[in-house]
Amino acid sequence: MDAELIKDCVHCGFCLPTCPTYVLWGEEMDSPRGRIHLMDQHVQGTPLTPEMAGHFDACLGCMACVTACPSGVRYDRLIELTRAEVEREHVRQPQERAIRGIVFALFPYPRRLRLLKLPIRLGSRMKTFLTRVHPSLGAMAELTPPPARRVRLPRRVAARGPHRATVGLLTGCVQGEFFPGVNTATARVLAMEGCDVVIPKDQGCCGALSLHSGYDGRKFAKRVIAAFERAGVDTVVVNAAGCGAAMKEYAELLADEPEWAARAAAFKVRDLAEFLVELGPVAKRHPLELTVAYHDACHLAHAQGVRAQPRELLRGIPGLSIREVAESSICCGSAGTYNLFQPEPARELGDRKAARVRDTGADLLVSANPGCTLQITAAMRRAGEQPIPVAHTAQVLDASLLGRRVVA
Amino acid sequence: MIATLAQRLKAVLPDQAVITDPVRLRTYECDGLTYHRATPGVVVLPESAEEIAAVVRLCQEFQVPFVARGSGTGLSGGALPRSDGVLIVTSRMRRILDIDLPNRRAVVEPGVTNLAITEAVRDAGYYYAPDPSSQQICSIGGNVAENSGGAHCLKYGFTVNHVLALELVTPDGDIVELTELDDGYDLLGAFIGSEGTLGIATKITVRLSRAPETVTTLLAAFATIEGGGTAVSSIIGAGIVPAAIEMMDALAIEAAEAAVRCEYPAGAGAVLIVELDGPTAEVARQFAAVERICREAGSFEIRVAASAEERAAIWRGRKSAFAAVGRISPAYIVQDGVVPRTALPEVLAGIDRLQEEFGIRVANVFHAGDGNLHPLVLFDDAEPGQGERAETVSGRILDLCIEHGGSITGEHGVGVDKSRYMPRMFTDDDLATMQLVRCAFDPGYLSNPGKIFPTPRLCGEVPRVRKGPHPHEAELF
Repeated sequence: MDAELIKDCVHCGFCLPTCPTYVLWGEEMDSPRGRIHLMDQHVQGTPLTPEMAGHFDACLGCMACVTACPSGVRYDRLIELTRAEVEREHVRQPQERAIRGIVFALFPYPRRLRLLKLPIRLGSRMKTFLTRVHPSLGAMAELTPPPARRVRLPRRVAARGPHRATVGLLTGCVQGEFFPGVNTATARVLAMEGCDVVIPKDQGCCGALSLHSGYDGRKFAKRVIAAFERAGVDTVVVNAAGCGAAMKEYAELLADEPEWAARAAAFKVRDLAEFLVELGPVAKRHPLELTVAYHDACHLAHAQGVRAQPRELLRGIPGLSIREVAESSICCGSAGTYNLFQPEPARELGDRKAARVRDTGADLLVSANPGCTLQITAAMRRAGEQPIPVAHTAQVLDASLLGRRVVA
Repeated sequence: MIATLAQRLKAVLPDQAVITDPVRLRTYECDGLTYHRATPGVVVLPESAEEIAAVVRLCQEFQVPFVARGSGTGLSGGALPRSDGVLIVTSRMRRILDIDLPNRRAVVEPGVTNLAITEAVRDAGYYYAPDPSSQQICSIGGNVAENSGGAHCLKYGFTVNHVLALELVTPDGDIVELTELDDGYDLLGAFIGSEGTLGIATKITVRLSRAPETVTTLLAAFATIEGGGTAVSSIIGAGIVPAAIEMMDALAIEAAEAAVRCEYPAGAGAVLIVELDGPTAEVARQFAAVERICREAGSFEIRVAASAEERAAIWRGRKSAFAAVGRISPAYIVQDGVVPRTALPEVLAGIDRLQEEFGIRVANVFHAGDGNLHPLVLFDDAEPGQGERAETVSGRILDLCIEHGGSITGEHGVGVDKSRYMPRMFTDDDLATMQLVRCAFDPGYLSNPGKIFPTPRLCGEVPRVRKGPHPHEAELF
């Protein structure tokens, strides 16, 4: 733990209204200011009690507080260090350990995830039974979408028209397995905007899931860096907010290993929307007569500061109008593995978000993170209504560039 | 005794609304002023007036002090807990109960944030006028306790001018209502700003104001703070009452720049933010006058917000200034004093002298229109002696304010932090009279004791039937 980072907090409370758990429970110790106070107590010598660990576990890591903080407190760094401390010092209940074991042995490995898609899907019929065994298993069953047809992406997609850049594409774990259509749309959009797209086969998981939960993600990071170095690309483009946020922090993660620190520093990562706006549009946009609501994924809006770019891209599509979702800065409750480990608050936040999305009256929800998409769709299903279709920014752009309907 | 009380509290509140775990309790040890800390004996999170009344009655039964807290953003330690008492936190009472646009009023629970009221009625063309810089998080209950102001109180007044009625729990545990229509003493006026010493507000009826037809915001940069000061006096002297006139000095600008990249004009020794609102024709006329006055006073750059976003950008620097100072200094004290507008230049020069004498930096942010200063006294708590010197400078600034006919607080309240300065401003008779009012509400001296007054007056001195031992007697045994 870093006592210096803790001292940056002046206890002003500006973070409170942006914190999802404070919004839910109104308790100081479940606010960023309260959690920093708990960290301080621990640094000052108070042992890490189960109560303390509970409040850290309850943090979604959405980073809305980082956006709100006028004093520049690095809460992102603080909670990451704290989670690692919790994993070292706090002994979890056997059941909880087992669930965590399953998730971390499964999600960061696309091949295992693929093998298990069917059993999880079957499990959705046994949701009530699984919830009784453990709420996390129930949540897993509830979140899983219907199986998508597997798509094999080529190793390389050549630019259409004059060549403007060579980029790598991160395919991701959950994104690749549950939303393969997003990756194909991303590759097409990039190619139509004049990019050679390289998709290394051996890229693996970016490590976000582990990193954001206090586990060591360095081996994942190194593998990703090496894979894209071999691919010889200028920039790695990422279409999953959580992955992009983690990858932008590789240099900090590997700072203690000189050789890797240098390689990580040279590793250029951009979110898809960020990259496309920097590049500037050349491909023709066909009209889409649609009213969409844009959902700010926390790891895009708060962790990466990418808010204007996706909206700008959507506004560039003729005929399309955008509606804002009320309370857009409050997390939907997905937050990486949060909806698996903390199913109850996650469900409350999901219901809250689904209601706000519904209030917009939009035909389509645009979300740039697979976790959010799963979470909001599950919440709408739970409310017993026909979920409004959810598409990634890439899929909407892809439809406009091709002159087709959006396939969500 | 606290343990027994906690058990009894669990009988009147849900289990999870009573906090007794020591680690959790400590997160409530201070409010926005971290200089004073005390771990509360027990924390309760009630959800209704009835629950608060039940808690207060138990406190009376056990003769244990209680302190109310909203969002914990106060800057005078008004919500500093008692380790031998109960901290009553209203953060779960955040429902807007009624919005009555035809009568321009809303009824809200005390934990509702100041900004939430405006957000609920903005689309209909209304807003809630008082706007403390912490408006996105400070609670309306806390605003009532502190009679909070904000940048726009120059034209629109403080919380007391915008609260029409209150439901409150008295220190005896009764639920009563006070309204502006009540006959007799202005009890509503007495309660607002009483810093939690007369009871706890549980339902607040606020006035909703019509959003002005036009709002114009101007940012004028001056080479020196004197130039800005001259402009302020001339604007008010010309008979113009802007919605707000705010000034920041070079150090405050530097902090805001580091925090929110507000991009105020480079090289400015001071910036003035002037906001005019009202009917379009009136604003246009006043705006021309303000612009001319600023230029005549030596402003080298004037920016006018052309959109709501640009206005927000100008205000962002000002509203984040307090916390932003955390970027340029490891620790700081936020001071709050008032001086007559005409004395501004002299007082600022006095603050400059104090900086030199003690080797302590002071950043100045203030509501220049009504002479409400917020000097931020910067120090490094890792350096021995600096904290004490900063304390001295901070106190001397208040002396300056009093010498020039001002006051020790404009809007942050007295709390625990400034109670010791009260005798500098008031005579013994003044203070005794104030305490008599307090005793009438809280004869047992249990409602937020230790705040406002430097030494408690013993209510037993007022002729009345006394319950329990005389306080002196209690000390003997």
